[in-house]
Formats: sequence, structure tokens, C-alpha cells
Amino acid sequence: MSKQYEFKASILPYLLVLPQMVIVFVFFFWPAGQAVLQSFYLQDPFGGKMIFVGFQNYSKLLADPDYWQSFSVSTAFAVCITLGAMAISLFLAIQANKKIRFASFYKTMLIWPYAVSTLVAGVIWLFMFNPNVGVIAYVLKHTFHVDWQYLLNFNQAFLLLTLAATWKQLAYNFVFFLAGLQSVPATLIEAAEIDGAKSGTRFWKIIFPLLSPTTFYLLVMNLVYGFFETFPIVHSITQGAPGKSTAILVYKVWRDGVINLDLGSSAAQSVILMLLVIMLTVFQFRFIERRVTY
Amino acid sequence: MKRVILLMAVLLMAVGAYAQTTVEFWHAMTGHNGEMVQAICDQFNASQKDYKVVPVYKGSYSDTMNAGIAAYRAGQPPAIIQVYEVGTATMMAAKNAVKPVYQLMAENNMKWDSSIYIPTIKSYYSTSDGRMLSMPFNSSTAVMYYNKDAFRKAGLDPEKPPVTWPEFFEVAKKLKASGMEGGFTTNWISWIQLENFSAWHNLPFGTRSNGFDGLDTQLVFNSPIHVRHFQNIYDLSKTGVFIYGGRENKANPLFTSGRVGMHFESIGGYGNMKATCKFDFGVARLPYYPDVPGAPQNSIIGGASLWVFNGKSKAEYKTVAEFFNFISQPETQALWHKETGYLPITQAAYELTKSQGYYEKNPGLEVAIKQLLNKAPTANSMGIRFGNFNIIREIEDQTWEEILAGKISVKDGLDKMVREGNKTLREFEKLYK
Repeated sequence: MSKQYEFKASILPYLLVLPQMVIVFVFFFWPAGQAVLQSFYLQDPFGGKMIFVGFQNYSKLLADPDYWQSFSVSTAFAVCITLGAMAISLFLAIQANKKIRFASFYKTMLIWPYAVSTLVAGVIWLFMFNPNVGVIAYVLKHTFHVDWQYLLNFNQAFLLLTLAATWKQLAYNFVFFLAGLQSVPATLIEAAEIDGAKSGTRFWKIIFPLLSPTTFYLLVMNLVYGFFETFPIVHSITQGAPGKSTAILVYKVWRDGVINLDLGSSAAQSVILMLLVIMLTVFQFRFIERRVTY
Repeated sequence: MKRVILLMAVLLMAVGAYAQTTVEFWHAMTGHNGEMVQAICDQFNASQKDYKVVPVYKGSYSDTMNAGIAAYRAGQPPAIIQVYEVGTATMMAAKNAVKPVYQLMAENNMKWDSSIYIPTIKSYYSTSDGRMLSMPFNSSTAVMYYNKDAFRKAGLDPEKPPVTWPEFFEVAKKLKASGMEGGFTTNWISWIQLENFSAWHNLPFGTRSNGFDGLDTQLVFNSPIHVRHFQNIYDLSKTGVFIYGGRENKANPLFTSGRVGMHFESIGGYGNMKATCKFDFGVARLPYYPDVPGAPQNSIIGGASLWVFNGKSKAEYKTVAEFFNFISQPETQALWHKETGYLPITQAAYELTKSQGYYEKNPGLEVAIKQLLNKAPTANSMGIRFGNFNIIREIEDQTWEEILAGKISVKDGLDKMVREGNKTLREFEKLYK
């Protein structure tokens, strides 16, 4: 019976994969190759003049303290978002998974923010916290007498961006954690209860280890989100200000390339980001995945 | 019979297509200004049968410029593209990509005299020997807006706005003392407090006539007078008399919500002010330091101009030339000026608007024009022309925030702006030498 499902012709599988490969080539390999190529040139935006400069675009970046500052801010940003969003959403998922009244109402409400686009999320937070027009900024200033001026205060700007980006990511994590929790066999927990395990022990010894595939998956997704998908939040709330302290790597690539038309440097930055993603992925799958029990 | 009709129809269509040349005009105007661009193109298209200009909205200024660049690289540029003033040097340096306006007009035998344009506007888009490279379109300049109701409340004469900076700072302190949250704020720190400040005091912003005479220009806006001005604003920020409201035009809400009494913004924002301010406001000239010789000189413009791409057909260039001639007519300009708040680009349009009695109802607009026409422009007040100018403005914004946050002193901050700005100027020079 199984015989008829075998492909005899060796060309067919390649043909079947071809459409996918064409898409990957056109939308990934080709632009990536272009970026690598452009990163070795100094060029005028109209393409009239291209001067080969070798690794100068890279060496300039690596010698630029601003670039390293952007690097460390991006890392801190991604780590804060990942830790914050995962811890809070795990807590919420556990609470929502309990047998309580209106459980499905809470669940729906917690999943809702997922429908908000990242840019809109940024704008919502901007309108709440902008010192010129924000409602909460007004309360902070006039009721609590906080000197709220994130346009000039880096710590406040960083805090606001982290809060906004974390909030946006909560719903996504929540869905996965909730699903993970629901797939933990009730029999295991009941058995532990009978053996006298307290709720803390039950969580750390049984539920958390069983959740680890979900946690690992979310760790990867959250880091990628923090590094690469928070662009709209930075773009709408701080635009890299104050100074250039919150210009995270992806924001800087866009700013230098699209607004400032410094295509060589922008290309070099995106190549570095590309290497970073490759390294991150390899590292995670090689070293972390081994310790995860699926 | 059917065939004959069909053949005739095809022929007719072919003739129609042959007779009328259509060109695209990419722009970045939104809202009412965008509607006015459409209206002006419609008027032009209705005024004759041979030429047609189709306006296409392409997003923000930088989006529009990027779209134009991408289209040029792909070999499909529009005939006309609107480029903001900071992109001027980039367009100018791209010699193969653009067709200068003076050349376009000469080749099409247009009766065209570039002296009809207001000198400060014309010079901004011309070579240093006076050949116009792009067509001025929406031009504005920086002015001071003040809250007349707040002046009254503070016991100040609302018809006598401060004229000099020392007076201005005193008034600002009084406004704060009268119960306002702060005295003043400003938009566009680079354009208003550095570029226009320099021109208004007849001080160089950069060497080589602010970059008009060559790419080997250096920024020099860290003179003692510039330092003094920034020190004054910084000192007042410590006592809350000056409130920082963000980059570009983000400080507007501080003024329109009545939290500060005075504000610096483009005259292009006049319509918006009229729509949002719930109080009586006035427009005044930029203040100056009376001890600076030659001040006040004249202010410079901001806004955008229209560039023509290279490689179009003869008929297309003829269309563009006719269109440029049309938009330079006093009637067209006066309409644009009144509807949008942008300045009229020709002297005749200004006279026409004046004769219509428009400024009696809108004195603010005339303040801006008079400020621009105050004196004949000098090498320091023709305009600003630097490559990578967007990067330079960004450096200025960033460093200004560092100064206000107390991370760097005012003098060191201005020195840093100049030093880093010069670095990016050298890169531009290297690319186009």
C-alpha cells in the first residue's frame, strides 16, 4: 500500500519545493546579498557614484561609541522586555487557569491586546505619557509632583518604552502559557497533592518543568521581538531621543538608511544584525535546547 | 461599417493620446494643503488642452524623496518631485539625475524672468551666481507666536510683543510669574534657533556663504553670540521659564493649550494655530540681540521646492515648463498663499494679496513676508546649503537635548555640534568631489 506514495522521479520533490525557494530567494537571499554588497561601498543615493571602501563602513561603526551604546541599550531593552513580559504573563496565565468565576471573561480580556498593532500600541502609550499632551503625564506632574519629562530623561524614556513593549507582548505570551498550563495532566497534580506537596512545590517541581518547551519557545520569540519588532514603539514614542540614547539597533538602521540616506553604513549595520540573528539562533538551539525536556 | 467606426475610434484615441502630454507630480502635501495641490493642478489642466499634470501623494517629505530616488534608480522617475529644503544639496549634487529649472525654461523658450521671485526665496534654490535650479513651491519662515490673552493677564501690552531677546526673556519671566506653567518654548531648534538666528543676525552659519560656494564648507555656528543665546535659553530652562517640547514641531501643544505664552514656529503653521488656539494670539518678528551689528537682517525660508528629473521627453519637459509658468502667476500664488499660509513666491503675488485687503484680516502672514524682505539677503542670509543636512540637524537636536539634560555644557555642546557636523560634511565632499 505504501508503495504508491513514493516519488520515483527525482525531479518532482525539487519542483514542489521550487515555489517556496523562489520566494525565499527573491525576498530574502537577494536583498541580503544586496545589503552585503552595498556595505562595502560609499554611494550617493541616486546611484550615480559608488566608491569601493572595503571594510570602512564596518570599521567606522565598530569604532563609534554611539554604535556600542545603541548595542547595549538594545540588549538591555530586549532582556527587560523578555523577563518582564514572560514573568507577568505566566503569573496571569496561572491565575486565569484557576477555577474562578468569569474565567473565560478574564481570558478574553487578557488576549485582547494581541489584536492591537505594535504601532498603535506605541501611539496609545504616547498619548497617555507624552509630557505635552498626555493624560497620565499630567496626573504624574500635578498630583504626584513627579518631574516627568522623558523627552530629556533617559531612564524615564527607557522605562516607558519597556512598559509599552512589554504590555504589547503580554497577550501573546499569555495565550501560549495558558495552553501550556492546560496541557499539564491533572492526574500528576492530584497525585502530588495526595503526596502532600504544597502549591509552591507543585508549581516548581511539576508544572514549571512541564512548561519548559513553551517557556523555551517564548524565550526565543520574546528576544527576537525585543530586538527586532519593537521598532514601531520606538518610532512612535521617542524616535531615539533623548539625544540618541534610545535609538536601538533596528531604529538606527532605518534612520541612517531611509532618512539620512547613508546607505553604506545602513547596509553594514543590517549585515551585522543579520550575523547577530544567525548567532543567536545557533546558540539557542545548540546550547539551551539540550537542557529542555520536551 | 462597424469596422470603419472602430477604426475611427482607434484613430481618435491615438490622436487624443498624442495631443495631450501627461506628467506626474509627486508631492508630500496632506490635508487641506494636499487638496490645494490637486486644485491647482486641476486649474492648470482645465486652462488648456495640450498638457496634463497629475499630482500623486507619496507620503512624508522623506518618503517622497525616497520614492523619487528609488524610481530614478529603477529608470521610472516622475517628471516633477517635491523635495524639502534639507534635501536641496543632495538633489543639487545629483547632477545627472536632475534638470535645472533655468535650463528647462530656456530650452522651452518660455518668457520667464527669475527676478519675479522674492529674493530670499529665489536664492535658496539657486547657484551662487543666481541660476535657479528648482522651482520654489511651498515656502515658509520662522516667526514668533504669542498669546495675547496671557499678555493681558500678566499686565503686558498685547500689541507690543518683545522686539529684542533681552526684552523677550523678561516678558517670558513675567508670563511665568503671572501663573503660566512656563514662559516660552520653541519648535525646530536647528532651523529656528540656529539657521534663522544666524541669518537674522547676519552671522555665518557655515563658511563659503553657508555652503553656497562649494562643498569645502565648515560649520561655524559656535560663535560667542550663538553660545550666549543658547546659554540664555538653557539658564531659563533651569527655572522652568523655558519648557522643552520635543523635536520638529512637537512643542506646539505647549503653546496651543495655553501652558506657555510665547512660541517659535513656522508661518506655515498659521492655519493650524488659528484652528487650535482657543485664545487671541499674535504673530511677531523673531527677536534679535541689539548689540549685534546689522541685526535684524532677514530671515530665511524653509519648506520645499519642485525638482525636475532628467531623461524625460521633449513634450514632457514642455508640460513641466508650462506648469511652472502657471504656478508662478500672481493669481495662482495668491490663492495658494491664502489657502495654505505658505508665503507667496513672487513679489507680484504679494502685491496682489495686499491689494485684496487680505492682510488687514490676517496681519500675521504679512509679518512673515516683511521679515523675509527686511533687507536684501547677504552671504549669511541667502539660505543654507549643506550636504547630509538631515544628519547635521539630527546631531543638533540630539546635542541640544544633552545640553538641556545637563550632560554637556552649552559651549561644549555647540562645539560638538560643529565638530560632528563637519565630519559628515567631509563625507559628503568625499562622495561628490
